[in-house]
Amino acid sequence: MDPSRKRKLRLVVALSAAVLLGAALVYTSFSSATEASTPSDVLRSGEPGRSYELTGKVAKGSVEREGDELRFRVRDRDGTTSVPVEYAGVVPDPFREGREVIVSGGLDGGKFVAERDSLVTKCPSKFTKDKDGGGAER
Amino acid sequence: MAALGSACLIIGLMTALYAAGASLYGARSGRRQFVVSGRRAIYCLAGLLVVAMVVLETAFLRSDFSFALVAQGSSTDTPTFYKASAMWATQQGSLMLWVFLLSILSSAALFVTRHRHRDIAPYAAAVLAAVGAFFLFLMIAYENPFATLSPVPPEGAGLNPLLRHPAMMIHPPLLYTGYVGFSIPFAFAIGALITRRTDADWIRSTRRFALLAWTFLGTGILLGALWSYAELGWGGYWAWDPVENASLMPWLTGTAFLHSIMVQEKRGMLKLWNVSLIIATFVLALLGTFLVRSGILDSIHAFGASTLGTPFLIFIVVVIGGSTALVLSRRRELRSEARLDSLLSREAFFLLNNLVLVAICAVIFWGTFFPLISEAVTGTESSVGPPFFNAVTTPLAIALVLLAGIGPVLAWRRVTPAGLRRAALFPAAATLATLVALLAFTRARDSVPALVMFCLVAFVLAVVGQEFWRGTAARRIATGESRPRALGQLVLRNRRRYGGFLAHAGIALLFLGVAASSAFIDQRDVRLSPGGARGGDANTATYRGGTASLGGDDAGTGAAISLGAVLDVRKGEQRFVLRPSRNYYRTADPSKGPIGRFFEGEATSEVDLRWGLRRDLWTAIQPDVATLTKAVQRLDRDPRIANAGPAQQLRAIAALAEIYRRDPPPAQFRALVSPLVVWIWVGGAVVLMGALIALWPAPEARMRRVSSLHGARLGRELSGA
Repeated sequence: MDPSRKRKLRLVVALSAAVLLGAALVYTSFSSATEASTPSDVLRSGEPGRSYELTGKVAKGSVEREGDELRFRVRDRDGTTSVPVEYAGVVPDPFREGREVIVSGGLDGGKFVAERDSLVTKCPSKFTKDKDGGGAER
Repeated sequence: MAALGSACLIIGLMTALYAAGASLYGARSGRRQFVVSGRRAIYCLAGLLVVAMVVLETAFLRSDFSFALVAQGSSTDTPTFYKASAMWATQQGSLMLWVFLLSILSSAALFVTRHRHRDIAPYAAAVLAAVGAFFLFLMIAYENPFATLSPVPPEGAGLNPLLRHPAMMIHPPLLYTGYVGFSIPFAFAIGALITRRTDADWIRSTRRFALLAWTFLGTGILLGALWSYAELGWGGYWAWDPVENASLMPWLTGTAFLHSIMVQEKRGMLKLWNVSLIIATFVLALLGTFLVRSGILDSIHAFGASTLGTPFLIFIVVVIGGSTALVLSRRRELRSEARLDSLLSREAFFLLNNLVLVAICAVIFWGTFFPLISEAVTGTESSVGPPFFNAVTTPLAIALVLLAGIGPVLAWRRVTPAGLRRAALFPAAATLATLVALLAFTRARDSVPALVMFCLVAFVLAVVGQEFWRGTAARRIATGESRPRALGQLVLRNRRRYGGFLAHAGIALLFLGVAASSAFIDQRDVRLSPGGARGGDANTATYRGGTASLGGDDAGTGAAISLGAVLDVRKGEQRFVLRPSRNYYRTADPSKGPIGRFFEGEATSEVDLRWGLRRDLWTAIQPDVATLTKAVQRLDRDPRIANAGPAQQLRAIAALAEIYRRDPPPAQFRALVSPLVVWIWVGGAVVLMGALIALWPAPEARMRRVSSLHGARLGRELSGA
């Protein structure tokens, strides 16, 4: 094969490999992605037994501890609809009222029963105060 | 004083605009005096920003709450060390730090190149000045760090206790030096494109800045990981959080850049690739600085809420659009001077390594921005978590370590079979021996990716070891030096080469730690009552009792109370004590009672861990303060306490702490046994050492510079005579 054809072939092979890998990436990301549901989503369309990833802010004055169990309400990021959460396990350091959290679990009789150790808070690097009056970090 | 700071920013903005204009005009019209003036304006900008930094830093140290920034990020009870570094915990302060570092590094780069690159440097100066002007404009228009408060509040909000860790305080300046440092090669690349001087000249004079930026960025990332591991109560060092990803992406493209420029220097190839890489790196550094803070990653809809988002997005679009147009218009000049001779050559493997690095960067970019992509495509916001990132980056990381081993043994242009055999025989044998030993004596076979990684680490270490060994031996034959002296001379005379090898060995060690700790970590979350024990046959931990201290946490972070536990640990024959605890910081929220304030504020884990070369034992505790709640509420309602002075309130707190210490309720513990995790930090240190060796000016280069200056003077004198 003459060199220029060889180079062209190489380019075609490389490009198709890149396209294939890219397609694989798109496919895996969409299939492994978890849909984040807000409290109002969960309350509106929540079927018992289905697993959700609940995201929102910890409602003010709602955090209670009872032994091993942590109870709090998660409200919509910009709204007042909230759902009560029952959680057990490790609580991340930045967990506070008003902070944004993600917790997985399912609905059970109007309550969101969380999987053990599934509570995640968003990274503490956002040091600045909330501007929407959530008053999180005061 | 705030007025002085604001004035510095405004004059700084005008200076930067002047510097950009003068440099451009000087370069276009050929009037050197304008070029010189533009460069000096940048030195002047650095001076102004030093003054601004001093003003702001002084305000922090003096707890001058008339500065809004100080009131927001510091307080009188913040320890001095953290007062000094609280500036970059705020958005405005980090902007200030960014532009300050930019002015210093730009001045250094322009000073170093003042007698060279008469054509490229003015454009580079104009680009740097324009970037500086943009940041100054942001601060003046949107986020002024010198905003004042009236009336002056008596006390500040304090620095977020989570950030009170030494690593967290040097981490942002390191990271920012890294981000900012990449703007130097970027600016010179743009200069080279504009002037069509696309040979390797711009690379030679900015290579050191790129390497410096890369070193700072890498060290910063690693310190961030160390902070996460040793300070946060979850026990991991990397969570694939957008903030982390944003800093990793420019580091990856920067790594690719440092490799591929060697191909351009040696063979005049990959020109287009190199300018694209440095442009991408700079854009990713800009993204890393802001996009994470702009709130856009939370949701598309959060974008409007941030003040910085829009101007910043415009700036990025301008940078990308402008650079792309420039690159396209210069594509003729960016043609390669040579062709790839063989796929089995060092340059081909550099290209391959580049592709892998860029692929890692691309998948991380995809995953980081996935919430936006999915919200735009499907209408619902969904995200990919660590499992996605781990799955897609593991094969790429394995390929990367393999290439880190193969690359150095290959010759430029073309490898002969004999040369390959000579170079690869020992490393291949070492890899095979490692594989056999791992299968025979360890349970590494439980995780195939980890097993592969272990073997490749052995391969890289063998390659690097062999290079050092052969180089030393050759030198001994040539010079008859003693072995240590020959080794030292070898490294000193070929700093770039052997520094690079050392960096490869360090990266291999780092991946040893990553692979072992992610595949074989043993994590337990248990609830223990005092006297209770948990563990297997080899390791047990017994909850001996509670601890409580007031105002004196070990790390000196200014916590009012810390509650914890004493754990007696038995590990085989060894016995030792771990004391994890949790710090409680007072909140300024008046709705909490005078005593409740001490418990309702921010709380952070004080991890206790025992480092080991083989494994780390890591513990954290979450004490149950619910038993104290009743007593706290009773005290809060008591008018005597509310009216009492701080001393009496402290006495009440002390009594509560004593109750906890004597009779601690069951507590939640997290214990991790993480094998080989310490090698991540060791590997990082080795990379740093390699980078420093490569950065240090070589003696010959110094010599050359001196003799060329001498030659130039001689020439001038002769021509004058």
